[in-house]
Amino acid sequence: MIARVALLGRWGIGNLIDLGKAGIMLNRVLVRMPNLRKGFPLVLQQVYAEGVLSLLIIIVSSLFIGMVLALQGYHTLTKFGAAQELGPLVALSVARELGPVVTAILFAGRAGSAVTAEIGLMKATEQLSSMEMMAVDPLHRVVAPRFWGGVISMPLLTMIFNAAAIYGAYLVGVRWLGLDGGVFWSNMQSSVEFRADVLNGIWKSIVFGVAVTWIAVFQGYNSKPTSAGIASATTRSVVYGSLAVFALDFILTAMMIGEW
Amino acid sequence: MLSQRLIESLVGLFLIFALVALSILAFQVSGLTTLFPPKTYAVTVSFDDIGGLKVRSPVKVGGVQIGEVSNIQLDPVTFKAVVTMDIEDQFNDIPDDSSAGILTAGLLGDNYVAITPMYSKTVLKNGSEIQFSNSAMVLEKLIGQFIYKIGNGDKEDKTGGGDAGT
Repeated sequence: MIARVALLGRWGIGNLIDLGKAGIMLNRVLVRMPNLRKGFPLVLQQVYAEGVLSLLIIIVSSLFIGMVLALQGYHTLTKFGAAQELGPLVALSVARELGPVVTAILFAGRAGSAVTAEIGLMKATEQLSSMEMMAVDPLHRVVAPRFWGGVISMPLLTMIFNAAAIYGAYLVGVRWLGLDGGVFWSNMQSSVEFRADVLNGIWKSIVFGVAVTWIAVFQGYNSKPTSAGIASATTRSVVYGSLAVFALDFILTAMMIGEW
Repeated sequence: MLSQRLIESLVGLFLIFALVALSILAFQVSGLTTLFPPKTYAVTVSFDDIGGLKVRSPVKVGGVQIGEVSNIQLDPVTFKAVVTMDIEDQFNDIPDDSSAGILTAGLLGDNYVAITPMYSKTVLKNGSEIQFSNSAMVLEKLIGQFIYKIGNGDKEDKTGGGDAGT
């Protein structure tokens, strides 16, 4: 009985230690003199690896999500004779909720797992230790560019996701189901507010970007240097990243709607 | 490994792509017409009942939007709702004896303030007050009046019938 309680306590202490380690790592990544000349090309490479290479999956899935939303929304709205409200329905749900959340989850699966596996393998093959031997801080050389690359890529991907999803809804609603294009756009414009809807969605995506890349980078840096350790670190990176996105999304939505 | 130059140009394209998406979101989706809000002047009007009027509801003349509601307060003495409206500077020739009413866009639409211009030579300025106002039409009150009328009509019919019987 006592052993069980001790097990629970050890688990809790272990989690707290991990949280503290992650905080210290983030602090060491953020608080330092930025070296623009050396750091900028590294960050650029990571924006390419995490952002540009995620573009295809983001665009394809956003087009499909927009088209499905239009189909489902049209089907339900025609029952109430309100099919002309399809534009606001799609635009509001994509800009406020679906855009940031789905982008963050796809990003955690596509880029976060890759970052974790890469850093974990660097650790397992002792590349990180050899960097330290050469007086190169792996936190600055390896971790910081990946972190900043993710934080920069996330809002850009979200903007592209939003626009592509709304265009997908336009294709289905107007081109296929035969709604009037002018009504679709003008109803959307009259009910979507730039600051309250579009910009708040982008704020959300910045927060998600920080959370997802922080988790990915830390899981890689903290992984056990074995093949099984890298496997479980990659799994944890995706699972924790997605869970953090959902929890943060609830908190942020409550803050934005309830005006804390 | 791609060359640094190719990576730089691809990331640049990515940035341009994202900014195009953002401007589509701003102008096409949320209907942002100008980045800077137009200059406005404030006009107040008091209503007995504002119905479902909210801050940022449109202010229209002849159906054309000329401004929006910026503030709604309750006058503590007269218990009337004092509505402050921001009207764009380019519409600076509205006569000061115009009347303001609260109408509804469509059967179930949102409320808006409609200003009906009159013929005075002096015009509304910053801080001036519109004297004539028509309150919002509240559907429940109308239905109440309607049912009251029907009830009365029935009673009259009955007494009328009784009279005819005797």
